[in-house]
Amino acid sequence: MSVLIVDGREIEFEPPATIIEACNKAGVYLPHLCWRPDFSPHGSCRVCTVRANGREVAACITAAEDGMRVENTADDIVEKRKTLLSMLFVEGNHVCPACEKSGNCQLQAVAYYHGVTAPTLTYFYPPRPLDASHPDVVIDLNRCILCELCVRASRQSDGKNVFSIGGRGIDAHLVVNSETGRLGDSELDIDDRAAHICPVGAILPRRGAFQTPIGRRKYDIDPIDVAGDASEGET
Amino acid sequence: MTDKVKVATVSLAGCFGCHMSLLDIDERLAELVERVTFDRSPFTDKKILGECDIGIVEGGVCNAENVEVLREFRRRCRTLVAMGACAINGGVPAMRNSFSVRECIGESYVRGIGVEDPQVPDDPELPLLLDQVHPVHEVVRIDYFLPGCPPPADTIWAFFTALLEGRDPTYSYRQIHYD
Ligand code: SF4
Ligand code: SF4
Repeated sequence: MSVLIVDGREIEFEPPATIIEACNKAGVYLPHLCWRPDFSPHGSCRVCTVRANGREVAACITAAEDGMRVENTADDIVEKRKTLLSMLFVEGNHVCPACEKSGNCQLQAVAYYHGVTAPTLTYFYPPRPLDASHPDVVIDLNRCILCELCVRASRQSDGKNVFSIGGRGIDAHLVVNSETGRLGDSELDIDDRAAHICPVGAILPRRGAFQTPIGRRKYDIDPIDVAGDASEGET
Repeated sequence: MTDKVKVATVSLAGCFGCHMSLLDIDERLAELVERVTFDRSPFTDKKILGECDIGIVEGGVCNAENVEVLREFRRRCRTLVAMGACAINGGVPAMRNSFSVRECIGESYVRGIGVEDPQVPDDPELPLLLDQVHPVHEVVRIDYFLPGCPPPADTIWAFFTALLEGRDPTYSYRQIHYD
């Protein structure tokens, strides 16, 4: 057993493990969006940024080391996370009042957890398409945060390769692997994990919307450190 | 009378839902008006804005008049508050931002379903539309943000009580949401 010191508290872990894996096993909440315990880490959202032995790193792609000191709740780390979250909001078009994921959305939940009242950066309002060509699933790219969870779910769980990220920097966007680029012409099936894993309201299974009314949803009730990751397929 | 805190409120590109939510503080309104007096506001119907302690802005900025009014609020209000999703990020009205003004006007007044006698309104009194809807903090400095569509009455009340007591507002977990 090795020991990690998180905000002064010692937690034991079995190497090899990343910082976030060690914390997750020990029940210490470390904010994250693109990480899930059962997929390989992607390291793109940076929301799990901590200071480990004095250096800022993404906890999902950094190995935990015996005796390592991790700062998770330091004021400046929290401020950086809030800025990262704000960037995710302004880079897309997140109209929560008009989004059926609202209340079950992990981006919202992490922002609520950090007490973000408003992203105060300049809004991009990027033109982003909506793909309603699939009979059972809709994709609204206005809300995609490029976490790659759908990409990994399709490859690692479904044994398919329906999604990938194309373009670079601000031009990065989700691409559907089909002749036409449309979801309806892809191999995606409603029973695929990729159809349900989106932590925000970008990939939405049809016919399930608003079964639980706004105000009584997962993160309306409990904060994410208690409620856990967004439930798969819950809209 | 004169030691009362002066509050002005306005709805720009909003739906008045936030103002309705303010009224939703119900009987606490009586307590509020003990402490504050309303200057320009849809509640008073005063058209001229005086020097105020707190200005509360609902709605984003969608036309030239919104910009003018918002700037005036910033000039005359010591503390300026963005109330609700539209003021904070443009909200539902900003969903027009992926279309051109020409397309939007065309949809509403020319080609839209049920439009009879299509014509684009061009009365000189109508304020010109901006090409996009913007949150208020992109036009003037904002001191506080009250999220929600609309912000719940309890959030608004938590805000008022803190400010009137001279502290920075803090909110419980359930008082902050974006929908
Ligand atoms: S995906 Fe989440 S943050 Fe984005 S609009 Fe929907 S509820 Fe809001
Ligand atoms: S569609 Fe959803 S799961 Fe896929 S990359 Fe975008 S946010 Fe992540």
